[in-house]
Amino acid sequence: MSRRTIEVELSTSGLDAQGRPQRVPLVTNDGGTAVAVEPPPGVEPDLEGEHMLINLGPQHPATHGVLRLVLELDGETVVRCIPHIGYLHCGFEKIGEYRQYNQIICWTDREDYLNSIGNNVAFALGAERLFGIEITERCKVLRVIASELSRIMSHLVWLGTFCIDIGAFTPFLWAFQRREEIYRLIEKWVGARLTTSATRVGGMAADIPSGWMDGLRQFNRTFPHTLDEIDRVLTRNAIWVGRTVGLGVMTPDEAINWGLSGPMLRASGVDYDVRKDFPYLDYETYDFEVPVGTNGDVYDRYLVRFEELRQSVRILQQAADRLPDGPVNIDDPRIILPPKSKATSEMESMIHHFKVVMEGPRPPIGESYVAVESPKGEKGYYMVSDGTAKPVRWRIRPPSFVNLAAIPKMVEGHLLSDVIAINASIDIVMGEIDR
Amino acid sequence: MSRFEVVRTGASASDSIPVTQKNVSHRKEPPNPSAAALQRQFSSAIKRVEVIWGETVIYVDAASVKQIIRWLHDDQSQRYDFLSDVTAVEYRDAEVPIEVVWHLRSLPFRRFLRIKAQLPKGTSLEIDSVYDIYRSADWLERECYDMFGIRFNGHPDLRRLLMWESYKEGYPLRKDFPLRGRFSRSEQLRQALAQNPEARYSMEELTIADAFAELPEDMRQRLNKGERTGE
Amino acid sequence: MGLTAPAEHRTVSYIPESQEGWALTRLDFLVNWARANSLWPMPFGTACCAIEFMATAASDFDLARFGMERMSFSPRQADVLICAGRVPFKLAPIIRRIWQQMPQPKWCISMGACASTGGMFDNYAVVQGIDTIIPVDVYVPGCPPRPEGLIYGIRMLQEKVKNERAADKGTRDEMEPDPSSQLYIPPSVIDELGEPFGNSVNQTRSAQ
Repeated sequence: MSRRTIEVELSTSGLDAQGRPQRVPLVTNDGGTAVAVEPPPGVEPDLEGEHMLINLGPQHPATHGVLRLVLELDGETVVRCIPHIGYLHCGFEKIGEYRQYNQIICWTDREDYLNSIGNNVAFALGAERLFGIEITERCKVLRVIASELSRIMSHLVWLGTFCIDIGAFTPFLWAFQRREEIYRLIEKWVGARLTTSATRVGGMAADIPSGWMDGLRQFNRTFPHTLDEIDRVLTRNAIWVGRTVGLGVMTPDEAINWGLSGPMLRASGVDYDVRKDFPYLDYETYDFEVPVGTNGDVYDRYLVRFEELRQSVRILQQAADRLPDGPVNIDDPRIILPPKSKATSEMESMIHHFKVVMEGPRPPIGESYVAVESPKGEKGYYMVSDGTAKPVRWRIRPPSFVNLAAIPKMVEGHLLSDVIAINASIDIVMGEIDR
Repeated sequence: MSRFEVVRTGASASDSIPVTQKNVSHRKEPPNPSAAALQRQFSSAIKRVEVIWGETVIYVDAASVKQIIRWLHDDQSQRYDFLSDVTAVEYRDAEVPIEVVWHLRSLPFRRFLRIKAQLPKGTSLEIDSVYDIYRSADWLERECYDMFGIRFNGHPDLRRLLMWESYKEGYPLRKDFPLRGRFSRSEQLRQALAQNPEARYSMEELTIADAFAELPEDMRQRLNKGERTGE
Repeated sequence: MGLTAPAEHRTVSYIPESQEGWALTRLDFLVNWARANSLWPMPFGTACCAIEFMATAASDFDLARFGMERMSFSPRQADVLICAGRVPFKLAPIIRRIWQQMPQPKWCISMGACASTGGMFDNYAVVQGIDTIIPVDVYVPGCPPRPEGLIYGIRMLQEKVKNERAADKGTRDEMEPDPSSQLYIPPSVIDELGEPFGNSVNQTRSAQ
């Protein structure tokens, strides 16, 4: 009986000069090479030349939200990618024109929902610039703590979902367990886990309760161990390196021209961090470094975000040590609610309370744009005021929107499974992209 | 895979360490040095320079916007290499024109500039696209078109981005567009369910998929004439 | 004039006890127990609620206790569509199609305020409740609901599943209402009913 199978083995070790896995021809056991033979033209028309158009999303486990990518494939290689967005467009900017400034803070949580408290801070900074008020020192430090906690939360979600996309499930569970700790801290402070609405124009919604700092210090002590654990599992892992190195490369000039910001830009070797270049909340007085990558590929973006996690812990420790006493809110009852004890005992305070709640604080005519460094990139709220309590225009400058626009450039020439890795490395939040 | 040199931002800035701005005055902060340079270079096209809360706002003539932005990008003393945002503002007052706003950043000099051009309401809202200067303008301008109806001349693919391509209610961020839309909820739902998500391919996609050949003849002709799905 | 049912409508008299014997009851119990404890969710996660859903599925609030750790992103293999997050009009045909692709038996949990009623997004872009598009079994309020809240909703769904009866023929029906039936409301009447009520049109006038 003739043999139905032949034994084959690799003709070489299967690794290239840098030690990465490589496609090599198979050798049959009688010495010949087993190769795929191209069928003569016309016999197998399906194998010839035609490109395939496939649709990825909008409902897909790995697109990080409702993103739709239409891919033109030549076999498994992507020739062209056309992204479609708008599946989460909820009219944030339109609603902002019908809400008072303090009410808009609730919407800023839902827009980039991984960085909700960071968005609250960004909006409050923009509104305070528009009103022309300076916040208290305690409020500044609390906002730095809030921003860095939110950066850690966002990067942990990114890390978890990025790992799942590449195939590693366990770091997702570790990351989310750490996030639960931060959720508990934030819940003790503000009352909500995810949609915090923590800031108000002129201050914060609430001051930290007593004993909260111990919780933060405890987190600072234990979090680096988790980072070390994830580092051990991923950073020098052959599968991880093989799947992420060399993908989606953007050179620095391209990255700047395409408007990338945040870790995407820094991984390409451009040293732009809003906290260092256009500082806010006294970030120049904190001692931290900004990681900058060299190759602009997916692996470097991973390394940059990972290092940002460590730097955030550093900032948190410094902020926890320097938190000054004093009031959290400014002392202007026309802008922010007076303390409840005064509002219930003094007539003017009650009237101020009424006016701030019913009418809302009114800024002078003008406009402002304050950019902050959100975990995704340069985030800013551009507000135009005509003197009334509701803005004329509330524009959200979404970093992931501009970062995602570069995806057709990044995935050309890569394989289909690399599209998922590259998409995950951009760290998109559809809520922010579509608003 | 090449190794890049790290590009240091602020490399050409005079003061080395930026600090948080404090006690910014409403209108009395000094303007960005680029304002003076622009007024020297394009004296007639620059209509007004204002400094509001420390940010320099330059009102320019709508016809020369692209020339000005290209000069800001190319000139070695300005080097505004980063386009942060392109958006539009419509005021509640019917007399005030719609403003198209560009936010530019110079990373080497650590500067921020806002350029505005005014388009009177009632005219066709058209302005030049800066797509060939900054690639980031691609989606930013598409979104501006989608929300305001401003056409950007020179943009290669000006389609709706956030709403679906056959959206009929209008341009959402205009002030005459009510918050809850023009149609009733059930009509909106009916129209939304009537869109066939797979049919909304762009010209590019249709040519890839060879589905162009299967479209009805009149639709092919309309697409060839440049009709865009999405008004 | 009184409301009299026209003669051609057939009335169904349904007395559960008379329909089922002992064996059928035991079979119902077994099938429902199996279904309720192994609901494979199809997480149609769009926004913030999706993050809370992921947190519920992660270690601290483990969904695997309820047999739901196997997320099925293909609707063909899913039992429960958990719509977590706001659904804009552009996404409406997608969720409708996903629902139609799911095979019976299927249920739907509308997680969060935005999926249930449109939430805080009462504007031109958001569907005011996915129950205008697909039939919903359990609504979980919250913005976003705490993981405990979502688990409560899932338990409620499990109770609902356990109370189903095979003899009840209408449970798994998926037809559109017949235009000649009493359930059908013509679009013009729906339009009237769908207008904003009360002060909701003038909500913007409350403050200058």
